[in-house]
Amino acid sequence: MENLLAGLEMLARWDVMLALFVGSIGGVIIGAIPGVGPAVAIAILLPATFSFEPIVGLTMLLGIYGSSMYGGAIPAVLINTPGTAVNALTSYDGYPMTKRGEAHRAVSIAYSASFWGGIFGILCLILLSPVLAFIAPMFGSREIFLAALLGIILVILAHRGQIFAAGMLAMLGIFLQTVGLDAVTYTQRYTFGYSFLSSGVNLIVVVLGLFALSQAFFLLTAPDSSPDAKPVTGKMTAGIKELLKHKRVATVASSFGVVLGMIPGTGEFTAQFMSYTYAQKTSKTPHQFGKGSPEGLIASEAANNAVPAAAMIPLLALGIPGEALTAMMLSVFYVHNVIPGPQLFQNNIDLVYGLYFALIALNVIVIVFLLFSTNLLTKIIRVPTRFLGVMILLLSFVGVYSLRNSLTDCMIAAGFGVFGLILKRLNLPIVPIILGMVLGGIMEVKLRSALPRLKTPLDMIDRPIAAILFGLIVLVLALHMRTLIKEWRAHQPDEDHDMHDSQTR
Amino acid sequence: MSRVKTLQSLFKRYRRPGDIVFAWFALIVSVFLLSQLADQTQWRNGGKLFAQPRFWPAVSLGAMSLFAALHLLGSALSERINGRWQEVWLWLSSIEYAGWFIAYALVVPYAGYLPTTVVMAVALALRVGYRSASPLIAAAVAAGVIVVLFKSTLKVNLPSGLIYESLPDGLRQIMLTYF
Repeated sequence: MENLLAGLEMLARWDVMLALFVGSIGGVIIGAIPGVGPAVAIAILLPATFSFEPIVGLTMLLGIYGSSMYGGAIPAVLINTPGTAVNALTSYDGYPMTKRGEAHRAVSIAYSASFWGGIFGILCLILLSPVLAFIAPMFGSREIFLAALLGIILVILAHRGQIFAAGMLAMLGIFLQTVGLDAVTYTQRYTFGYSFLSSGVNLIVVVLGLFALSQAFFLLTAPDSSPDAKPVTGKMTAGIKELLKHKRVATVASSFGVVLGMIPGTGEFTAQFMSYTYAQKTSKTPHQFGKGSPEGLIASEAANNAVPAAAMIPLLALGIPGEALTAMMLSVFYVHNVIPGPQLFQNNIDLVYGLYFALIALNVIVIVFLLFSTNLLTKIIRVPTRFLGVMILLLSFVGVYSLRNSLTDCMIAAGFGVFGLILKRLNLPIVPIILGMVLGGIMEVKLRSALPRLKTPLDMIDRPIAAILFGLIVLVLALHMRTLIKEWRAHQPDEDHDMHDSQTR
Repeated sequence: MSRVKTLQSLFKRYRRPGDIVFAWFALIVSVFLLSQLADQTQWRNGGKLFAQPRFWPAVSLGAMSLFAALHLLGSALSERINGRWQEVWLWLSSIEYAGWFIAYALVVPYAGYLPTTVVMAVALALRVGYRSASPLIAAAVAAGVIVVLFKSTLKVNLPSGLIYESLPDGLRQIMLTYF
């Protein structure tokens, strides 16, 4: 109880509230502009938050993370272009509703469903934290190693139809984090005699290159366009009533979001697809799906908004990020010497509670903001894409250069920017590189620290949680092989689509 | 025959133009890096395999080369998509903007953050095809806002320009601290 109060106290400061406010409103705006996305914004702001206190920096980034999907629904519904990748399915039913002249109904349903999903996710996080605090200390080096390994495998397998590319890129990420001076043996690895490589390849420089600069290059090299969103008229509260009619769909979709959000590498996409399929299968009017069904809209928005809170679970409890945004947040924790993982729940539980309250507050701020300002946002969406590219380039400089005023960093980031552009143009995923870097680092450290206690390889899995994790790894691989064999027999190649496109934004 | 066909279909995948160029590039880079393993990493005598400094580079580059080879195989077995070299040209043309970015980073410590950012915003807007006054003014104003937000308000760690040193006393201090 006193921890709860301490958590509340953490938020009751003007700078924290301001950060939360700026983060959540900024997140909605960033999410609403097609072509920016939370990854770009967080990458740019990351170095700027280093000078803040941990709770201030984290609430700001959390605000952007948690609120961007609200904003992303607006262009998805109004102009059939998802603002963030994870709003892809929102446009399936939202846009047909707009065409029918029901834009305000679609937008307000999307907001209400997002709110439902967001709050549901946080409640699960709060209810689960005693369990987490109980389980997390059981994770020693080998368990964290196995969990990170499972994360890498899931990230690769989640990119169906692009598994080889995802595998290659994840391995590139693992390789990148090995470059430089090895911290234990003090030997150089892949520095090719260059002194600037001795300190390694900085994660934030790579993130800024791959997410922010590549997006700037992408927009600058593509033809200029200016999305045209019409203003919305009508009562914004109408969606709440409609949502209450479909409580079951909203709750099940949010649960999908929570469960899949906790599993590294799966996240919003899978959650959205699964809950959409569920909603369609159990609906009384399945033929309406894709033609403007409110249930479809609710399923997709509730699922994707439940993910951010759930994604905090492996991050806070084990220090293992499940996707790119939590991977970036992990570096904020590290910079402030707050190391997420089992000890966090023992030593800094007030910070954990503070983050929970911040998540609740941001959902409330965002929904109130959106009820009044949707039409303002429809104007912001119209920023021409090349102009946006210029701005992202200028902002990326702040991110890269402020890190340590290094021209070399800028060159490395520019190189990764070009690489990211190629990946985006080819519709190949960027996320595996980032997760490879973060999880690869965790795997190397944890495997080394587990070694002295291992006499035979089997000792690796002789503890219950390690055994469960190993079982999961085997199960995931076996299931994947089974699907492959099935597909081969059915003579049906797995057609991949633009769905991973969104992960790169 | 049908078995060969299904094997082909297993490797076929959704692609975009230029995929095979990237696939070759990725394979060549991975194999090159792997070939440097003995040269660029060390083996500690007496240490366990998993604790060797060479272990993770070997695992990651080995797997990367394998995945790159499979990726190339998939690309080669899928239908050819037209527009390959056009796409590659677009990739190369993005290097120009990377150059802009590096030039920007190069100039800031000398010309100062505020002047460089404003000039850069307007020049880039001109470069990408904006000619009328309103987007150019908007670019300059937005650049000013970025400077005020990050340098003046958030005090982000950016160098002050050498050019400011030549300003008169009072103004110099303000420019050095805030812009």
